[in-house]
Amino acid sequence: MSTAQATKNCITLKGSAQIIVEYLKYGINSILFQRGIYPAEDFDNTQQYGLTILMSKDPKIQTFLQNVLSQTEEWLSKNMINKISMVITNAHTKEVLECWDFKMQAEMGDGDTSDPTKLTATKELSRIQNEIRDVMRQISATVSYLPLLDCICTFDVMIHTLQNTELPAKWDETGAIIIQNSQAVQLRSFSTGLHKVDTVVNYKMTS
Amino acid sequence: MSQFNFVSDLQNALIMDGETRGPPPRWKKKLEASLNGSASTTRSVLSVSYNTSFSGVQAPAKTPGKSSEGKAKKSTTTPTKTPGGGDRFIPNRAATNFELAHFLVNKESDEENEKATSSNSNESNVQASAHKGERQKLISEVAQIGDSKGGRILCYQNKAPAAPETHTNPLKVVYSIKTPISTKSGSRYIPTTSERILDAPDFINDYYLNLMDWSADNIVAVALGSCVYLWNAQSGNIEQLAEFEEGDYAGSLSWIQEGQILAIGNSTGAVELWDCAKVKRLRVMDGHSARVGSLAWNSFLVSSGSRDGTIVHHDVRSREHKLSSLAGHTQEVCGLKWSTDFKYLASGGNDNLVNVWSAASSGVGTASDPLHKFSDHQAAVRALAWCPWQPSTLASGGGTADRCIKFWNVNNGTLMKSVDSKSQVCSLLFSRHYRELISAHGFANNQLTIWKYPTMVKQADLTGHTSRVLQMAMSPDGSTVISAGADETLRLWNCFAPDPLAAKKSVSNSKVKQSVFRQSIR
Repeated sequence: MSTAQATKNCITLKGSAQIIVEYLKYGINSILFQRGIYPAEDFDNTQQYGLTILMSKDPKIQTFLQNVLSQTEEWLSKNMINKISMVITNAHTKEVLECWDFKMQAEMGDGDTSDPTKLTATKELSRIQNEIRDVMRQISATVSYLPLLDCICTFDVMIHTLQNTELPAKWDETGAIIIQNSQAVQLRSFSTGLHKVDTVVNYKMTS
Repeated sequence: MSQFNFVSDLQNALIMDGETRGPPPRWKKKLEASLNGSASTTRSVLSVSYNTSFSGVQAPAKTPGKSSEGKAKKSTTTPTKTPGGGDRFIPNRAATNFELAHFLVNKESDEENEKATSSNSNESNVQASAHKGERQKLISEVAQIGDSKGGRILCYQNKAPAAPETHTNPLKVVYSIKTPISTKSGSRYIPTTSERILDAPDFINDYYLNLMDWSADNIVAVALGSCVYLWNAQSGNIEQLAEFEEGDYAGSLSWIQEGQILAIGNSTGAVELWDCAKVKRLRVMDGHSARVGSLAWNSFLVSSGSRDGTIVHHDVRSREHKLSSLAGHTQEVCGLKWSTDFKYLASGGNDNLVNVWSAASSGVGTASDPLHKFSDHQAAVRALAWCPWQPSTLASGGGTADRCIKFWNVNNGTLMKSVDSKSQVCSLLFSRHYRELISAHGFANNQLTIWKYPTMVKQADLTGHTSRVLQMAMSPDGSTVISAGADETLRLWNCFAPDPLAAKKSVSNSKVKQSVFRQSIR
């Protein structure tokens, strides 16, 4: 009986990865809308974390994110990711204009830590979601200070993994990106008990 | 001991780092000045020398594993844009994670100690393996900062599509100043200049406060700085009602429907009731832990919304004034309005929510859940207005990130219409004489816009304010709107005059000219 109770509120590495990937999905879509990268008509309302979040309807963007995030989830559940960067570039000049970093930090959780693959945390889902909601609110509030992206833009997701990660099919290795004259703003963090996620936006200062 | 030296060294280094982030160092200013002052030929020479030193020294030290594509990009950019210059190499301390490095150095030695001292080798092994993943990650993170070969940066081959070529960023309207968009002239004449301008020094420019109201007795109450003034719209007399102590201020003002008593929500979280005929404070009602930024009357009931996120209903007749407290917002409540039939209370907050509470459940004294929770706005909601001829219709307007005016049917909780106003919405009012509503906006045009309802066709833009319009109130006869702007002026607009056709017929020309003339004197 006691074990049944103990597992009631348990988050495993896999579950933690799921929560984070869900956050990334909503976060990236929200950024795409809030920053005006794609036309507003291409977005649909969804309710999540007690907020209305606009999700892209574009099938190409949907499949891209689906592919990237499913791979991300696999790596995250093995703790192989340092950082996920969403990079916004000028579609014509390829200049990097903005970079949203989602930094992952592994945490030990508070369950039995004898086996690193079976780490668990007992943080309540509603608490995690409240933390995520606060970050999402901040993301939509960034509009007031981030510079206007006044050009046709595109975006990419770069995953910073460990050195020994195998390159899956259809994936490429790429170089680090650099934003000239950049400014970074750290938003709130949230934690699942097993991963702590920091959200940072780097943007190009306009002189 | 040597470790402590290292720590202090480290701190010094970090402090230095803090300094470099501030104003540019003198050598840099000098360089810039010389660049700007000198002729273009010397400039190009300088930039060449700078370029070579930059790529020769810094690039290999910082990012040796960078792809050739990135390098090529760097060389093409103009050197004046990038910081640095001259022949000096300034290491980028911001990119070097001292704290992490120090932690790793210590941790490694700690762990070795642990291994050596621990009698139970099994336990230490377990711990080490548990730490291993984390450590490896940290190491790779450090390595990646210094050298991008330490980790791999992967991306998916099939990239996301670029936005269509015809797309322009919808946010552009927020950033670019344009002349007002031409409006379709409606069936009636609306004067687009203000009839009268009043000075309002020290009017607090705070989106979350409600600092003006117009009573049924034709008196405008306005809070300026720490004082509350009454302006008699009929006679033009000005009277000071209340003055708060240093640091305190009125956060919201609201007249009772009958128009004798003014409720003032102050910065300490109390709601004060003032008898304005006698200039006397009647009572003080506490109930909030933070400032009261919004108030709404419903006969003997005054509801107050506060920065602490709660809405409290006060019964002003009884000693135990606090009827109930509604906790539906997690952040400051900045908009509060009772519906015209007093059945519903709408509240808007900094948490981007619009809540609708039903009077039947909230009056009894139990904290209940809102009847509806609308989360469609993407910014704080301050502007709320109930439709006088459709009691179940609520209009709400969002802040800078949202810019939408939305119409809700509170009977079934649905969104009826949403219009992008292209600017922050600070206040909304429905006209009593026309099927129209007026909205107050901020950047870029700081205008008041009159819309036809329900078609939401723009009727007129009333411009004049030089900073955002924070608050609007309507005269008791419904013909005039007063607006308070962050430019410290109150402007009166005679935009809902009840009988325009008669006025047009009789003295249209002379009257128009007269008002323009009056305007130009000020």
